Amino acid sequence: MQRIGVFVCWCGTNIAGTVDVKAVAEALKNEPGVIVSTDYQYMCSQSGQQMIKDAIAEHKLTGIVVCSCSPRMHETTFRKTAASAGINPYMVEIANIREQCSWVHKDMPIGTEKAIILGKAAVAKVNLNAPLTPGESPVTKRALVIGGGIAGIQTALDIADAGFPVDIVEKKPTIGGKMAQLDKTFPTLDCAACILTPKMVDVAQNDKIRIFSYSEVTDVKGFVGNFDVTIRKHARYVKEDVCTGCGACIEKCPMKKVPNEFNLGMDNRTAIYIPFAQATPKVATIDPNYCNMLKNGKCGLCAKVCAAGAIDYTQKDEFIEEKYGAIVVATGFNPISMEKFDEYAYSQSKDVITSLEFERLTNAAGPTAGKLLRPSDGKHPHTIVFVQCVGSRCEACAEKGKEYCSKICCMYTAKHAMLTRDKYPDTDVYVFYIDVRTPGKNFDEFYRRAVEEYGVHYIKGMVGKVTPEGDKLKVQASDLLLNKQLHIDADLVVLAAAIEPDKSARPLATLLTASMDTNDFFTEAHPKLRPVESPTAGVFLSGACQGPKDIPETVSQAGAAASKVIGLLAKDKLTGNPCVAHSDEMMCNGCSSCERVCPYGAITYNDKEFRMPDRTTLIRRVASVNPAVCQGCGACTVACPSGAMDLHGFASSQIMAEVDAICK
Amino acid sequence: MQKITREQLIEKASALLADGTVKQVLGWAKGEFDYDITPAVFESAEELNANFVWSDFCGANFSKYLVSKTRKCDGKILVFLKPCDTYSFNQLLTEHRFDREKVYAVGIPCEGMADIAKIKEICADGIASIDCEGDALKVHTLYDDEPVCVPAADVLAERCVNCKSKKHVAYDELLGEEGEVLDSARFDEVAKLEAMTPDERFAFWQGELSRCIRCNACRNVCPACTCEKCVFDNPNSGVENKSPANSFEEKMFHIIRAFHVAGRCTDCGECSRVCPQHIPLHLLNRKFIKDIDNFYGEYQAGAEEGSRAPLVDYTTEDIEPGEVFDRRDTDA
Repeated sequence: MQRIGVFVCWCGTNIAGTVDVKAVAEALKNEPGVIVSTDYQYMCSQSGQQMIKDAIAEHKLTGIVVCSCSPRMHETTFRKTAASAGINPYMVEIANIREQCSWVHKDMPIGTEKAIILGKAAVAKVNLNAPLTPGESPVTKRALVIGGGIAGIQTALDIADAGFPVDIVEKKPTIGGKMAQLDKTFPTLDCAACILTPKMVDVAQNDKIRIFSYSEVTDVKGFVGNFDVTIRKHARYVKEDVCTGCGACIEKCPMKKVPNEFNLGMDNRTAIYIPFAQATPKVATIDPNYCNMLKNGKCGLCAKVCAAGAIDYTQKDEFIEEKYGAIVVATGFNPISMEKFDEYAYSQSKDVITSLEFERLTNAAGPTAGKLLRPSDGKHPHTIVFVQCVGSRCEACAEKGKEYCSKICCMYTAKHAMLTRDKYPDTDVYVFYIDVRTPGKNFDEFYRRAVEEYGVHYIKGMVGKVTPEGDKLKVQASDLLLNKQLHIDADLVVLAAAIEPDKSARPLATLLTASMDTNDFFTEAHPKLRPVESPTAGVFLSGACQGPKDIPETVSQAGAAASKVIGLLAKDKLTGNPCVAHSDEMMCNGCSSCERVCPYGAITYNDKEFRMPDRTTLIRRVASVNPAVCQGCGACTVACPSGAMDLHGFASSQIMAEVDAICK
Repeated sequence: MQKITREQLIEKASALLADGTVKQVLGWAKGEFDYDITPAVFESAEELNANFVWSDFCGANFSKYLVSKTRKCDGKILVFLKPCDTYSFNQLLTEHRFDREKVYAVGIPCEGMADIAKIKEICADGIASIDCEGDALKVHTLYDDEPVCVPAADVLAERCVNCKSKKHVAYDELLGEEGEVLDSARFDEVAKLEAMTPDERFAFWQGELSRCIRCNACRNVCPACTCEKCVFDNPNSGVENKSPANSFEEKMFHIIRAFHVAGRCTDCGECSRVCPQHIPLHLLNRKFIKDIDNFYGEYQAGAEEGSRAPLVDYTTEDIEPGEVFDRRDTDA
C-alpha cells in the first residue's frame, strides 16, 4: 500500500474561485492510501514545494497527488520536488482541477464535486504507480530544416552560425520561397530580392549547410535527438555538381510554352529551366512533364549544347537517409485558390489577379519587366480596385474561405496601392476593406501615408460582384460608411487572397506526429510560452507553417526556432521518457498487431525459446519494444488482444482504476 | 449433400500419409450421434477408414487446431479446409499463429452444412441416425419406422444460408471445383437490429444473452481466440471469470470478446454453431464487420494473407477519428 500525500492548489482564485479547495482536501483524506491531504494558495511556489518536501519527510510518503493545473504546466516542477525529497519522480500524479475543472465550471458545488472525483482518480492511479527510471539517449548533432523560404533560410543560417551542420530540404528546384517572388517589402520598401538573395548566397556558401533542393522528406523515424529521415531527391535530369548554371540549354530548348510557375503562369518558360536569376543552387532542372526527350525520346538538344556535360536523361530519384537531432518545419504558405470566389470573376477575366500575381507584375524580373500592364491586353491600367479579405475572416462561409485573418494582406495592399500611385500618378486606386489592421512597428504610419500622402481611396465595405464588360471590369461594391452602393469601372482588380498552409504540411505533420489545428497550421507546444516548439519533442516551427506571419515576424521566429535547436544540439545526452510500452513475453501471441499500429517503428519480433511446464521447450515469436524509440502513445496496448502489451506509468490497470474511481 | 465423397478424402489423406508428405491428418470423426461430429487427429489409413466422417454435419473449422497441433507434431499436418475455413486459416497466418511450412492444406468444396436444431424442429426427438445422401437428409428416429426426409436446403445452418464465399483463399491442393465469392445477405439481420430503437435492441440482446451459461464454447472454438493467455483466464486482466451476479451479466463477456475479435473475425460462424443456448453470437461480430466496412472501407479478414486490417494498421494517410465519427451518421 502506498502512503499518499494529497496537495490541493488554489492557484489564487483560478481554482479556488470555483472549487472549494478545503472540501476537496477534506474529501480526499478518506481515500485508500491517503495519509495526509492539505491545500495551499500556490503549490508551485517555493513554499508550496517545501510543504510537499516536509510532508514526504514527516509522513514517510511514497506517492504524491497534486490537484492543480494541467500536468503540461507543472508536472515537471512537482516531479523534481519529489525527487529532491527522495522519492521517485514518477510517483507523482497531477489531478488537473484547473483547465479541466475550475476554468470550465462556474458553479462552485459542481466544480468541487468534479475536483474531488478527479482527485480520487489520481489517488487510485498512484496506488498502482511504480518507480520508473528514464534511460538516456545520445544526440545526433545535425539539424534538418524542411522548407527553404526565408523562414528555413534564417533558421539554417542561425543554427550553422552556432557551429552545427544543417540540411535544408526544399521541394522546389531553388530555395527562396515566396519572398523571392515579392517585389518590395513593407514597411520600408526595400526590394525583396536585395535583402533575400544575400541570405541565399550565405546559405550556398556556408560549409555547414547542405541544400537538398527539388527534394521531399518521405519518411521520419526515431525520436528527439535521433531522427532517421529519408529524403527523396527528385530526378532533375541535370547533374547538380556538374551544371554551371550558364543557361545555354535554356536558350536552345525548343519547348518554350511551359507555364512559368515562378511568375504564377503569367508567362512561359522552357522545359529545362532555372526558376530565376539568383536561384540557389543555380542549376537547371528538366520538367519531365514537358521535355520531349523524356516523354518520347526525341530531342536531346540540351545535352548537345551543354559544355559541362551535365545533362543526364537517365537520372532516377535518389533516396538519401540521414540522421538528425532536431527537425525544423518551415513549410510556409500559399494563397488559397480563387476557384470558389467566382463573384470576383477571377476565372473569367485575366485582369482579375491575386496580390501575389500583382507582385510579379510589378517586379523587374517579372513577366512585364516591372511595368504595370494588364495581363489581358498589355495596356496600362488607369483604375485599379484592390479587394481585401478575399477568403479571410469568412465566418459565414467557412466552407469557402478561412475563418482566420491572414494578417499580411492589409499591409501589402497598402504597399501595392502606395507604390502604384507613386509610380503611376495617373491611376485611381481603390481599396475595399472590412477593417484595416496595422499593428506592428511603423505599420500604421505606412498605411496612413498611403491614404494621406498618396491619395489612395480606402473604402470600408466589400465588393459584391465583378463583371467583365468590354475591356472594363464593372465593380459593384458597397460603401458602409456612406451607406451607398458604388459602381466602379476598373481596369484591374487585385484580390488579397487569404493564405493557407502549404499542402505538404498535413502529410508531413503525420510523418512527424506533430499536431495541427483545424486549418492545418502546426500547433505550438504553448501559444505564449513555447511558440516555436511543436508538442512533439525535437520538432520546431518556423514561419507561416505555424500561422500567418509577415517577414519581420517570420525572421524573428526563425531565429527563435534556431536557438531552441541549438539548445538541443548542444546537449550530449537526452534523458528519455520511461513511460514506454513493454511486452509480457509469456502472454505475447506474436500476432504483429502492435507492430502494425506503432507509428514509430518501435516494435520488433524475435523467436524466443520458452521452457514449458512439461520440461519441453517451445520456440515462439514474441514482440519486444525499443524503449528509446517508443514514445508511449499506447496504440499497441489497445491493439494487443491478450493484454501482453502494457505501458509503464499508464498501465491498463492504472487507467481502469482511474475509471473505477470516477464511476464509483 | 456434399459433392465430394468421404472416400475421395480418405484416399487423398491416405496417399499423403503413405508417401510421408504428412504425419497427421486433421479430420472429422463421429461422436455420440451422427450429427455430433467431432474434430480428430488421424495418423494412419486404418484409423481414417475406421473413424473418418464426411457429412452435412462436418461444420467444425480446423484452422484453430493448427496452432496447438503444429507445435506438437514434428512433421506436416494435413488439414481439410472448407472455403469459409480458409479465411480463418489465412487470418491465423497473418497473425503468425502457426508455421505454414508445417501444414498441408487441402481445400474441399462445401455445399453448406446442416443445422441439427432446424432438423429437430421438423422431426420429433429421439434421432437415431441420419443419412446424408441425395438432396434430402433421411432422419431415422426411435419413434418412426420410416425415415423422415428433410430437404437439405431447408435445414442449412444460418452461416451457410448466408454463405459469403465458395472460394478457397488458401490451400496447397484443391479437391473438386473452385467456387466464387458470393454476394450474401449476411448483413440483413444486422440491419434489422440497427433499425430497432435502443430500448428494443437492449431488450433483444437481454433476451438472447441472458441465456448464456458461460460455458466458453464460443471462445474455445473461435479461430480468432488463440491468445496464449486469454484475458478471461488472466487474473490480472480485471475481466477474469467470476460467477455472474445476475442472468444478464455475461453480456460483458460477449461484448469484450466481440471487441477483441473485431477486425480479425472472418465471420466463420463457429461461435453460433457451437452455442448450446443458440445465442446468435455471430450478429455481434457482423455488426463490427459492417461498421468497419462502412467507416474504413470494405475489408474481409482473412481474404488475403498478411492483409492489414483497418483497426490494426497505421499509415500516414489515416484519417482523423473525428471523420470516422461523422461517417457514422451518413453510412451506418
